[in-house]
Amino acid sequence: MTVQAPPAGPPRRGVEPRTVAVWTAVALVGALGWTMLALSRGEEVSAAWMVAAALGSYAIGYRFYSKFIAHRVLGADKTRATPAERLDNGIDFQPTDRRVLLGHHFAAISGAGPLVGPVLAAQMGFLPGTIWIVAGVIFAGAVQDMVVLFFSTRRNGRSLGQMAREEIGPVGGAAALVAVFAIMIILLAVLALVIVNALAESPWGTFSIGMTVPIALFMGVYLRMIRPGRVAEVSLIGIGLLLLALVAGRWVAESSLADTFTLSKETLVVFMVIYAFVASVLPVWMLLAPRDYLSTFMKLGTIALLFIGVVVAAPTLKMESVTDFAGEGTGPVFAGSLFPFVFITIACGALSGFHSLISSGTTPKMVQKETQVRMIGYGSMLMESSVAIIAMIAACVLDPGLYFAMNSAPTVIGDTAQSASQAIQGFGYEITPAALQAAADSVEESTLLSRTGGAPTFALGVSDIFSNVTGDSLKAFWYHFAIMFEALFILTALDAGTRVGRFMLQDTLGNIYQPLKRVSWWPGLIGTSAVVVGLWGYFLWVGVNDPLGGINQLFPLFGITNQLLGAVALTVCTTLLIKSGRLKWAWVTGIPLIWVAVVTLTASWQKVFSDDPRVGFFAQGDVAQEGIDSGELSGQELEDAETIVTNTTVDGVLSAVFALLVVVVIVDAARVCVKSLRNPESVVSHEEPYHESSYVAPAQLVPTAEEKAELAAAGLGSGGGFLPGTGPGGGPGAGGAKDGEGS
Amino acid sequence: MTGTAALAAAARKVWWYVREVVGDTAYERYVEHLRRHDPDAEVPDRREFERMRTDAGDDPRTGFRCC
Repeated sequence: MTVQAPPAGPPRRGVEPRTVAVWTAVALVGALGWTMLALSRGEEVSAAWMVAAALGSYAIGYRFYSKFIAHRVLGADKTRATPAERLDNGIDFQPTDRRVLLGHHFAAISGAGPLVGPVLAAQMGFLPGTIWIVAGVIFAGAVQDMVVLFFSTRRNGRSLGQMAREEIGPVGGAAALVAVFAIMIILLAVLALVIVNALAESPWGTFSIGMTVPIALFMGVYLRMIRPGRVAEVSLIGIGLLLLALVAGRWVAESSLADTFTLSKETLVVFMVIYAFVASVLPVWMLLAPRDYLSTFMKLGTIALLFIGVVVAAPTLKMESVTDFAGEGTGPVFAGSLFPFVFITIACGALSGFHSLISSGTTPKMVQKETQVRMIGYGSMLMESSVAIIAMIAACVLDPGLYFAMNSAPTVIGDTAQSASQAIQGFGYEITPAALQAAADSVEESTLLSRTGGAPTFALGVSDIFSNVTGDSLKAFWYHFAIMFEALFILTALDAGTRVGRFMLQDTLGNIYQPLKRVSWWPGLIGTSAVVVGLWGYFLWVGVNDPLGGINQLFPLFGITNQLLGAVALTVCTTLLIKSGRLKWAWVTGIPLIWVAVVTLTASWQKVFSDDPRVGFFAQGDVAQEGIDSGELSGQELEDAETIVTNTTVDGVLSAVFALLVVVVIVDAARVCVKSLRNPESVVSHEEPYHESSYVAPAQLVPTAEEKAELAAAGLGSGGGFLPGTGPGGGPGAGGAKDGEGS
Repeated sequence: MTGTAALAAAARKVWWYVREVVGDTAYERYVEHLRRHDPDAEVPDRREFERMRTDAGDDPRTGFRCC
């Protein structure tokens, strides 16, 4: 997909024949996987080949390309002290075992995104999405995460926004800030919509997700009052309770309480908005922190289970490799042709702008060694990408007819099994009404028609894979387990996102009205929380009531904003490479930047200017407006047409604004780059000066022989540590940190 | 017997990892940090430390979660 120069080959001298043999084998496995996928036309292919293709490519990308970037392009220097070492205060700045930090970073970047995008993109077949996930992560997504992490580490953990302001200027910085805020609102609305679509009319799901709130409250009180800080033990208790809630959900669904927990989409929206508002105003320890522990455990555990499930069950992919929708752009899940819309739909898992916020926030303050950015930045993103591959597999093991029945809006397939079956025949797939009902019955749901948003499809695929191993009796349990797993991340993201949005708003508006900046000023707290909740709540409400189906309208907008943030991050990286005299390596982030800019701007262009009412927002609005003007509409139809006109105007204007923001950032950055190339002396470096490191730690998961010797000489374990006689306050290289900083 | 011992060792490693990742050991590390700097430093008790950490918003576990 992305055109790249071949990565620098391994050094020829001193390479053991065994190493060459191993890497040749890895390359062959990957190549065989791709060959099997690509040649599968007309017959079902095993998902194991997709796993082989992905893992083989990741291994090659990691071994060669990430090494090249870390050493040749960035010049990661293991003798240079990181902020964690220099500013160690025992709290936020502290050198953290690389394996632990990998866990933290991965838990922070991964969420529901990679589970949703690939499921939607599966309408074009499994091949386009898979190629983009793998190529995108190797050449763009993981590169972005690693390079941002590196530059932020060199700048004491500065955030992306701060770096944009410092390196590009106030205009670029402000545009970046607005972009971050906007994407967050859209992201929260889309994620909430996914959950609403999964929980509506499902008493089992609603009950078990609802129970996570009291469970989290209990954990919060336990950690605060009863056994402070014992996170691991309370999380295990929490997981136990969670599984209990899951099992209990079935009893509730079969009991007289079922009606109480059978909620409409509108009711769920109201509950979610209230919940997020309260969670954002409450102290972190009560709800947000404990919920986060639960979702971290569930996330790591379930992802591990999924990998085992896919490998053990080795299901076959029933979806075609490339469907007719790829070329025609008439798919029911989302409109538009393969280019640019596959690249917009699959954001997380291939390239996710949002990760740059995490790579530039907490993680750089904890990295032991610059050389570890490869493992933590690039490595975590490869793991995230493999989650996206699993989601693609989960969607493609389903019968295509069932897949389209679940992912098409009611306006396309109607609301009965008969009408759906007929509509799907029109798409060229077969599924009988009885089969549709049987699928719903197998997971104890009343219906699976138009369960858009990706979560139900993913959950059904997961339950298919798991019940291959455990037997069909557990199918319904696995379905609800997967729904719960996804809902848990999403609710955590809603809490945390609303809170972050509130802080951003308080900080920005605080420049106009001082008291707003104070985090503890109640009117400000409540006001800004209400604004943030109101904004995403609006889009969520609109999505739920959209006559055209909310997900297919909002998801492209989300993809565009996320890739837009990616473009901002890559612009910052490219500017930094150029300003730091690495012009000849600027293509490393420059080519992904051009790619993502072309994709985002093309998509925005089509969303704004396309004459095809399925694609263009304004064209869609015009059709509805003509309907209103004709005077032939009345009642519900008239209302729908009016809603469509409003929604499409809002969405269209937003697409245009987002595109303009990227253009502003890129143009401003280009100006800065040209200036710095013409006049290299004018460049001010914001990099922290070199301090020699007195910390020893391996760069990779497994220490090399040389690193082992170094650790042994210093008397340290495999986690690394300060050289004897050094360390914070203890000797040379300790930097300027005083213990007072943390307390 | 060696099988059980290996299993126990593996379980200990997993438990170590879990405690590290969720931040169970933050307090121990903070105390160690203070002690290394000054062996007589006044050390907050665990309750105080956890409160200080969560209330200051420095808890790295509660940052934004992405997609």
